[in-house]
Amino acid sequence: MTEKRDATHSAFTLDFEQPLVELEEKIEELRRVDQDGALNLADEIRRLEKKCAQMTQTIFAGLSAWDISRLARHPKRPYTLDYIQAIFTEFDEMQGDRRFADDPAIVGGTARLDGRPVMVVGHQKGRDVKEKVRRNFGMPKPEGYRKALRLMETAERFRMPILTFIDTPGAYPGIDAEERGQSEAIAYNLAVMSRLKVPIISTVIGEGGSGGALAIGVCDRLLMLQYSTYSVISPEGCASILWKNAEYAADAADAMGITAASLAKLGFVDQVIPEPPGGAHRNSGVCASDLQRALIEQLANLERQLPEALVDTRYQRYTALDHYL
Amino acid sequence: MSWLEKLLPGVVERQDEVKASVPEGLWKKCPRCESVLYRPELERHLEVCPKCQYHFRLDARRRLNLFLDDAPRVELANELQPTDKLKFRDTRKYRDRLTASQRSTGEKDALVVVKGTVRGVPVVAVAFEFNFLGGSMGAVVGEKFVRAVHQCLEDRCALVCFAASGGARMQEALISLMQMAKTAAALERLKKAGVPYISVMTDPVFGGVSASLAMLGDVNVAEPEALIGFAGPRVIQQTVRETLPEGFQRSEFLLAHGALDRVLHRRELRDTLSRMIAKFQGLPPLAGTH
Repeated sequence: MTEKRDATHSAFTLDFEQPLVELEEKIEELRRVDQDGALNLADEIRRLEKKCAQMTQTIFAGLSAWDISRLARHPKRPYTLDYIQAIFTEFDEMQGDRRFADDPAIVGGTARLDGRPVMVVGHQKGRDVKEKVRRNFGMPKPEGYRKALRLMETAERFRMPILTFIDTPGAYPGIDAEERGQSEAIAYNLAVMSRLKVPIISTVIGEGGSGGALAIGVCDRLLMLQYSTYSVISPEGCASILWKNAEYAADAADAMGITAASLAKLGFVDQVIPEPPGGAHRNSGVCASDLQRALIEQLANLERQLPEALVDTRYQRYTALDHYL
Repeated sequence: MSWLEKLLPGVVERQDEVKASVPEGLWKKCPRCESVLYRPELERHLEVCPKCQYHFRLDARRRLNLFLDDAPRVELANELQPTDKLKFRDTRKYRDRLTASQRSTGEKDALVVVKGTVRGVPVVAVAFEFNFLGGSMGAVVGEKFVRAVHQCLEDRCALVCFAASGGARMQEALISLMQMAKTAAALERLKKAGVPYISVMTDPVFGGVSASLAMLGDVNVAEPEALIGFAGPRVIQQTVRETLPEGFQRSEFLLAHGALDRVLHRRELRDTLSRMIAKFQGLPPLAGTH
């Protein structure tokens, strides 16, 4: 971790985070002074910390769908590899689709969850500029989806549950991606995932961007972090088509109901994982251990089902969607 | 305005002005070669320009009428009505957009499902109505498609889908996204059961429809020069900021890149597809095929 990277990232703050960051800086300052001299500032620090906690609560209780959308894309937010490191042991990465290339926008491999062998697959965004470009901002190409499928089929052969982590603006809209069959890669994943005979748990940790998210998200249990989103199109994309102006993104975010809370109300989400005050990036350790606990519990429930029953229930989960009623 | 339009006001109409409810004139202009075509002749040519072979878009019912034998025909799942679970509103209410589309197309939603035969071979054929909110896939389209699949499973008859769609229906948000998983799951069952599925892509097929049911055929074919892709050309242009290759995302481009089995002229569809289905299903050669 370089200093430069830290410096660029501490500079990034969302508008509604600004008062909190300022207050925290003040507390830090007081702590430094407290260490140096004889002044006893402990009471003042405690008072400000309490104020900070209250302020966080007030601000975060009133977040709009668009605010949450921006939080879901926060550059300091933990990404898939951060969660893998915190939640699993013995992660061994597997790369490549065996056909064309390795796509760094999707990572995956074997690991252990609470000792249990599992397969992990997730979108991966980059932290610094170079890494962002290498990971293509978490936008997979067909080879990424084909790698994901290869890993998931491997998991099925070895009876390992599959845990996927969703965090993408969407599948990459590029010439090469189209040439190599982006649509087919996504469609094929949807079809095959619907019948894999091992439990699949998907967790949206940041942005659930459309078909590019769903392509690793056909599952038995859908979990969402509190400040993650899942949507058929980005708020900007929706706004530019329906409002003819991307500046209506906030209205589009609201209309589409893209937040974990809205989607849970519609019955799409099995469990919403509350995030620490201020969001996952403010205390990633707590967030990861809460998610770990949820994954262990959900997996224990799924593993009681026989493989055939599991696949049948998953089929019902998707085909019996009765939202046309 | 062309000389003919000046000469005969109101008789010639451009394709983009054609609406089902508008009484049609006797002449139609080909948007590609600009020939002025006599409508009855165009109809005889299955709405393909006799001069340059430009394939005009077809509405769902005309599509199925041209493809299926005259009898027997049974429409399936036509009772399903779209709802507005999210009370979605952009510059207009979704509900109003639905009503307007229903009025202009005469359809309840963007998919028509008919069980019938093609040259005597039993099939369930489904067609997207592009004039209904861009043929977008929401809950009703997904459900009708899955019912079509289940009918095919029950009767062990082939499924033929004519896709023409801009993708998932934004006004149904995540509900529409999930239709991708829903239709793909059903098609996987069809595949496992060994019942053929032929996907015919017609101009245009994009987004959530392309990235689910359209690309999953045992056989994927397209009409000539149809635009087919995941992301729309404009979005790609904005992302990559380079000129798109000649013929990008056209049927012939997809054929060259291995995404399609064939590009078929509209007049070949009935013969070729029925012949293929007959072979997949172990039926004897159809009369008149070679």
